[in-house]
Amino acid sequence: MSPGHYLVLSALLFTIGAVGVLVRRNAIVVFMCVELMLNAANLAFVSFARMHGNLDGQIIAFFVMVVAAAEVVVGLAIIMTIFRTRRSSSVDDVNLLKY
Amino acid sequence: MIDTQTSVLAQTSGQAGEPVVFWLLAVVSVAAALGMIFLRKAVHSALMLAVVMLSLAVLYAVQDAPFLAFVQVIVYTGAVLMLFLFVLMLVGVSSTDSLVETIRGQRLWAAIAGIGFAALLVAGLGNAALSESMGLAAANGEGGNVIGLARLLFTKYVFAFEVTSALLITAALGAMVLAHRERHAPRPTQKELSKRRFRPGGHPSPLPGPGTYARHNAVDMPALLPDGSVSELSVNPIIARRSGTARLHADLHGQTEEQAVEHDVAAVKAATEAAHDADAEVRETKAGTSAAGGPASEGEAGK
Repeated sequence: MSPGHYLVLSALLFTIGAVGVLVRRNAIVVFMCVELMLNAANLAFVSFARMHGNLDGQIIAFFVMVVAAAEVVVGLAIIMTIFRTRRSSSVDDVNLLKY
Repeated sequence: MIDTQTSVLAQTSGQAGEPVVFWLLAVVSVAAALGMIFLRKAVHSALMLAVVMLSLAVLYAVQDAPFLAFVQVIVYTGAVLMLFLFVLMLVGVSSTDSLVETIRGQRLWAAIAGIGFAALLVAGLGNAALSESMGLAAANGEGGNVIGLARLLFTKYVFAFEVTSALLITAALGAMVLAHRERHAPRPTQKELSKRRFRPGGHPSPLPGPGTYARHNAVDMPALLPDGSVSELSVNPIIARRSGTARLHADLHGQTEEQAVEHDVAAVKAATEAAHDADAEVRETKAGTSAAGGPASEGEAGK
């Protein structure tokens, strides 16, 4: 199979994630959409690694996974803190710095 | 051993079944990703995300990346999604997105932007000169994918690997700092709690238990008070928020909610009247048998 197929799939998943970030209001779901975008990028890295016949792409995908895990931990802790003070996990309710 | 592994890798790089796996998982993952956007409940979105991640893991395995496939399953599906589900349960499962658009036309423009972006990416990929994939049999070398990755990770990328450890420690510390809650007031003692219960607005007696007589006894079933109103206090607030209250009294026999509630009210009234009558009968018989002692003792009780 040509790597083009995988890259198109990765582009579609990335776009779906981006639209989800734009559309959804729940902070946790927005976060999940960010994770989907990271995963789509990983798929592109893996298929590029296979296309070029070296393992650097897989290494980068591995680092992306590590960074994503760290990001999820801190992000969910922030969401929990906001929920504790404002009793809401909607991104619309966090608007103290708006005006 | 090494020979068999390299031959397996050579086979996997040119698998015959790869198009089947790819098209199946591509459809499944795109459908699940769309479901993640469109499902209103956050838990359903999380499950859809799990489907996407698992199918991506299989796609990694198909693309000669068995190590990343396992890491994907363990780290993403195992750790990250469980973390998401934990936080969802803490925040409240019932938190569904409101369908009200706070910015007018936001969804429409987001959809247009998304379609445009996807078209741009796909067109760019279509124009790119993508060579046929070379396969990783040569790059994996002797020992297979894991040893090949380890060789790179501990030579060329060793500095990035070390920096990663600093990142992970920082993230762990940050999560601890953010999740820690200072207790500003001292913990209330049992005495203070009991005083608070007897103040106006408190509830000195135990709360009424859930369940309505013989018909339902589930924890999400609010108790009916003698006047037929539903006692909100009898159900855990989180459960009550999830499952409505009066709706649960709709009966199995195709009654409407109101009819069911009226039925319950009538049953309660009949039961209380019957109890009252029985009580009166018992008193009459008591009064009849001990006619001499009864009034005197009642009078004493009155005083």
